[in-house]
Amino acid sequence: MNWFRFASPASFYPLAGRMAPWFGGAAAVFAAAGLYIGLVAAPTDATQGEAYRIIFVHVAAAWMSMFIYLVLAFWCAVSLMFNARLAAMMAQALAPTGALFTALALVTGALWGKPTWGTYWAWDARMTSELILLFLYFGYMALRQAIDEPRRADRASAVLALVGAINVPIIHFSVKWWNTLHQGASVSLTSAPTMAAVMLTGMLLMALAAWFYSIAITLTRVRAIILERERHAGWVGEAALAARGTR
Amino acid sequence: MSVAEFVAMGGYGFYVWGSYAACALAIAAEIVVVRARLAAARRAAGGREPSQ
Repeated sequence: MNWFRFASPASFYPLAGRMAPWFGGAAAVFAAAGLYIGLVAAPTDATQGEAYRIIFVHVAAAWMSMFIYLVLAFWCAVSLMFNARLAAMMAQALAPTGALFTALALVTGALWGKPTWGTYWAWDARMTSELILLFLYFGYMALRQAIDEPRRADRASAVLALVGAINVPIIHFSVKWWNTLHQGASVSLTSAPTMAAVMLTGMLLMALAAWFYSIAITLTRVRAIILERERHAGWVGEAALAARGTR
Repeated sequence: MSVAEFVAMGGYGFYVWGSYAACALAIAAEIVVVRARLAAARRAAGGREPSQ
């Protein structure tokens, strides 16, 4: 099987259509389990009371906001290096979902901050760098919109996205580098998590749900983008060639 | 735990349910918008879609 075949938007279009429902279904299953644990099964937190239940959506949204940006930057790099149309389309398809999760991380963080810190917002390093991430997503999408020729828009927005990628490690390490109001990491790859197992399970299930949802919605959006951008590419002939060809 | 207690969330109901509602609404809206965009693109393509 020739995997490079799927680097062509016309070949990827039906594949994305077949994959999206499976990822969407997985997202629904993980979200149902995560919501049950987060809202019902997990016990009340000793210090924060019930307000801590916000972390189940907040952490999932915050992780996705950064992770989607890294994936977007990766596809931008691929599109620049190999002049690959589909990679640029993937980046284009990821941006709105990344912006959405960034906004949700900020909103849920504010709703958590009010009862626990006494304020919706502080110009603290973690929150400010997350707000900059939102502006980077907006800037990326605005730059695309501003350039009429799609391939030029791909290149210009890819450069912007790659320069902005420096913000992601800043967000991640902000709680270490600066003395922030935002708490440090409770979960890391190098040490045991400092939270109860049931809470950790709920958080990871919600994060997985957000992952699968992001994949499903991005695959669906990239199909729309492929149709919008390649409407005049003559797929009928291409599909006929593939049927006779080396498949 | 009663339903009233569950809804009250120990006095944090506004913040907890506000967070979950914001996420649910945003995701529901995104699904609607993206599906509408794909449907519009398919109509504009007039049946000429890549398929293999």
